[in-house]
This record gives sequence, structure tokens and C-alpha cells, in this order.
Amino acid sequence: MSRTTILRFLSIFTFLVCVAFTAGATKEKKFDVTETIMHHVLDAHEWHLWGEGHNGTSIYLPVIIYDNGIKIFSSRHLYHGNSVPVADSIKPFEYLVGEGPAKGYALLHEKIYKVTDGKLVFHGTHPKNAMPLDFSITKNVLSLFIGSFILLVVMLSTSLYYKKNGAVAPRGIAKFIEPLIVYVRDEIVKPNIHGAKHTRYIGFITTVFFFILVNNLLGMIPVFPGGANLTGNISVTLFLALCTLLVTVFSGNKNYWKHIFATPGVPWALLPIMIPIELVGIFTKPFALMIRLFANMTAGHIIVLSLISIIFINKSEAWGLLSVPMALFISVLEILVAFLQAYLFASLSALFIGAAVEEDHH
Amino acid sequence: MDLVTPSFGLLFWTGITFCLLLLILAKFVWKPVLSAVNARSQKIDEALLEAEKARQEMKSLHAENERILKEARAERDAILKEAKEAGAKMIEDARDKSKVEGAKLIEAAKAAIGSERNAAIADMKAQIASFSVDIAEAIVKESLASDEKQKALASKMVEDIKLN
Repeated sequence: MSRTTILRFLSIFTFLVCVAFTAGATKEKKFDVTETIMHHVLDAHEWHLWGEGHNGTSIYLPVIIYDNGIKIFSSRHLYHGNSVPVADSIKPFEYLVGEGPAKGYALLHEKIYKVTDGKLVFHGTHPKNAMPLDFSITKNVLSLFIGSFILLVVMLSTSLYYKKNGAVAPRGIAKFIEPLIVYVRDEIVKPNIHGAKHTRYIGFITTVFFFILVNNLLGMIPVFPGGANLTGNISVTLFLALCTLLVTVFSGNKNYWKHIFATPGVPWALLPIMIPIELVGIFTKPFALMIRLFANMTAGHIIVLSLISIIFINKSEAWGLLSVPMALFISVLEILVAFLQAYLFASLSALFIGAAVEEDHH
Repeated sequence: MDLVTPSFGLLFWTGITFCLLLLILAKFVWKPVLSAVNARSQKIDEALLEAEKARQEMKSLHAENERILKEARAERDAILKEAKEAGAKMIEDARDKSKVEGAKLIEAAKAAIGSERNAAIADMKAQIASFSVDIAEAIVKESLASDEKQKALASKMVEDIKLN
């Protein structure tokens, strides 16, 4: 875990450096490093490729909203809509009111609101307007599809190799993938889930491992189709952690529940304290999984972007001599982290499930 | 705050995609690949076992060969020894026999030589006797050729008789 600690320290350090730099130069239309980084790290309804504002090139992704029936339109109608500035004492911002098929909707901080009388009504900095259910194919959703497609192609071709050739020594893609699959089974699933029961969970653990790994690595590619911070998005890690929670709870045996509601060896008088602690423990474990993956991947993206931003903060290409090697170093480190986090998530999930299905040894 | 607020849409799509991935991968990839890996490892185990067995067999075969070779060698040695002994005996026998034969021959030769000599001696004796008679006759004829000589002889003989 020291590596992630180092990463966190580095990210905090770079942030402080960035803040110090930006605070120093407050003239003309300055480069807002926080906004730029957050824009890259967060989800969006477009996939920005290059350029600035309306001159830039983006892939406009489909917006799918449920608002008294499903409505589908291109996000171009939102991004190329009317820009409405909002005066704010701390930091002025603007929102976009959609046109054409997007009429009646506005986009603020990548969230879609229903407009009233063509504008948003603010309560402080937060709009009071209703939000339709947003099922849009956002940047992260597209990245999810691309990652899943890559995963399927790689895995199915591996599977096809064995179907064609039978139980022989692997060649080609199977030579690369098979050791990973066997590694997950032998080093992650088997040591944590004892006995023959482990076969039931191989599917889930292996899928989690490769899903996280592929999307982590895809996120490290700086250009389309990579670069989306999918595994650093709390929704994705929330879903994965939720899966682990559900699998753990539903495979928990009598022994597991006994340890929660009547921990052996604990005096009965302490049970009123122990039971709530144990119940909270059920949720804190997957919660930690969720936060760990999200924080590690987001931190990695932020560090790389911060290092690159040094060039733009100082408005001098010469800084590239410092920031590019550092960003390269962190990018290489992030490849390690991609594997490490996939391993950790899978390994800890297996550990929790293993604890839930373990038989009484006392 | 946006960073830690889950969005419903992404959660929805992640859920669908992940569940589909789980179903497809578990059914069409993890299961067949792992069973292939298991089958292969079993095959390798069996092959190793077979190899070990073959090695043991080879070893025992080798030992058997060695034993047979040893036996054959021993047999050869025995045969050679026997043959040598037989040869020696044959030579010995032949020598003995030849000795006996030689002795016999020598004996026979000796006997023959003896008998030849006896015969020769007898013959010689007879010859000498006849020669003696001839000589005596000649001498007698000579000595009795004149009257005086006859007288002298007769006197001598008379003398001899007197002596007796």
C-alpha cells in the first residue's frame, strides 16, 4: 500500500504546487488547472478530442433521458446551445440551454436539467430545476463499451484457441491470457476461498479482475479510445463493490452469520455493542473496495494531468523538459497500479467471500 | 462533489455491461479455458507417470539384459573351460597312448632285433661250422698229403691218447 500512499502524497504535492502557481499569475484569461483536470477526470456527454470551445473537435455522444418517455438526441444540441452566464460571488460560471431536439433541457457541469421558462433557477450555486433520468451514452459509458468489447474479443479468441486445438500448450493470444486466468484462479481465488467451493466464485472474481484491468489500462491511453477515467468513477466502483457485497451476503453460511450476531468467545453483555459493529463491518469492507479503486485511479489521472499542466501554467514549453519525464514516470507507474488495483480488488473480494463461506474450525 | 456522486446512468450501463460480461465470459471463456488447462495438466501428469513407468521398465529390462549377458558369459566360460579340459585330456590321452604304442613298438622292434640277431648268430654259427669243416678238411688234406706228415700226426695223436 506504500505505493498508493506515495501517489496520494504526490498528488497533494502537485496540487499545492499548481495552486501556488495559479495564484501567482492572475491576469488575462488564465488557464484554470483545476477545471481542466476535473473536466478530464469527470464524465461528459461528449468525447473531446482537440481544440478549444466551438472550434474544438469532439465526438458528440447520444443523450438518452427518461422524462415522460424516452428522449434521444445528440449532445451537440446541448453543447452548441445558448450559453447563459451566471454571476457568482466566488466564481462565475455558465450553463448551456439546449436547442432543437434538446429544447427544454440545459446542461450544467455535465448534468442535464429541465429548464423553466428557458432558464435555470438557482438556489445559491445549485439549480432547483428537476433532473430527468439520464441514461446517456456518456464518455465513460462509451469507454465501458469499448473496454468490454476489447475484453470480449481477447477472451473469446483465447477460448476459441482451446476449442480448436484442444488441451494443448497455448500459442498466440492464449499464451498471454492463459497464465493470467490461471494466476487469478491459483493465486487469488484458491488461497482465499478454501475447498471445492472456490469453483463457484471463479467466474465472478476473474471477470472483476479482467474488467478492472482492461479498463484501468484503457484509461491510461491518452487519446481516443482511451483516456476516460472509467475505473476512477465512483459509479463504476460502486457497482463492483455492490456486487462483492451481494455475493458475500448471499453466500454467507451459518458460521458467517453466527460470527456477526453471536461472535464466539465474546461475553453476551458485549453483544449489544458487537452486533452493530459487525453489521457496519459488512458494509465497510466493500465500501473500502469502492473508495480504493476510485481514489487510486483518479489520483493517477490527476497526477499525470497536473504534471502536464505545469507547461500551461507557466506558459513555457521549456517546462516540458521537467513535466514530460515526470508524467512519463507516473504513467509507467500507473501501468503497475492498473495491475495492482485489479489484483487488490479481486483478491479482497475473494477474501471477503472466502470468510463468508468458511466452515467452522473451532 | 461531482467526483464522489454516483451517476444513475453510468451505474445502469455498468450494471448491464458487467452482468452481460460476467455471463458471457463465465460460460464461454473461464469455464472452457480452465477445463482445457485442467485437462492439459492431467495429460501432462499422465505423460510424466508413463515416462516414469517406461523408465522403470527400461531399468528392469536393462537389469534382465545384464543378467542374461552375465549368464551367457558364465556359460561361455564354462564351455571354454570344458573344451580346454577336454583338449588337454585328449592330448594327455594321445600322449599316453603314443607312449604305450611307442613302447610296444620298441618292444616289438627289440624282439625282432633279438630274434634277427639269434637267427644271424645261428646262421653265423652254422656258417662257421661249415667253414670250420671246410678248413679242417683242407688242413687234414694238407697234413695227410705226405706219408711223413701222416705218421707224425698219427704219432702225435697216439701221444695225446697216451696222455689221456
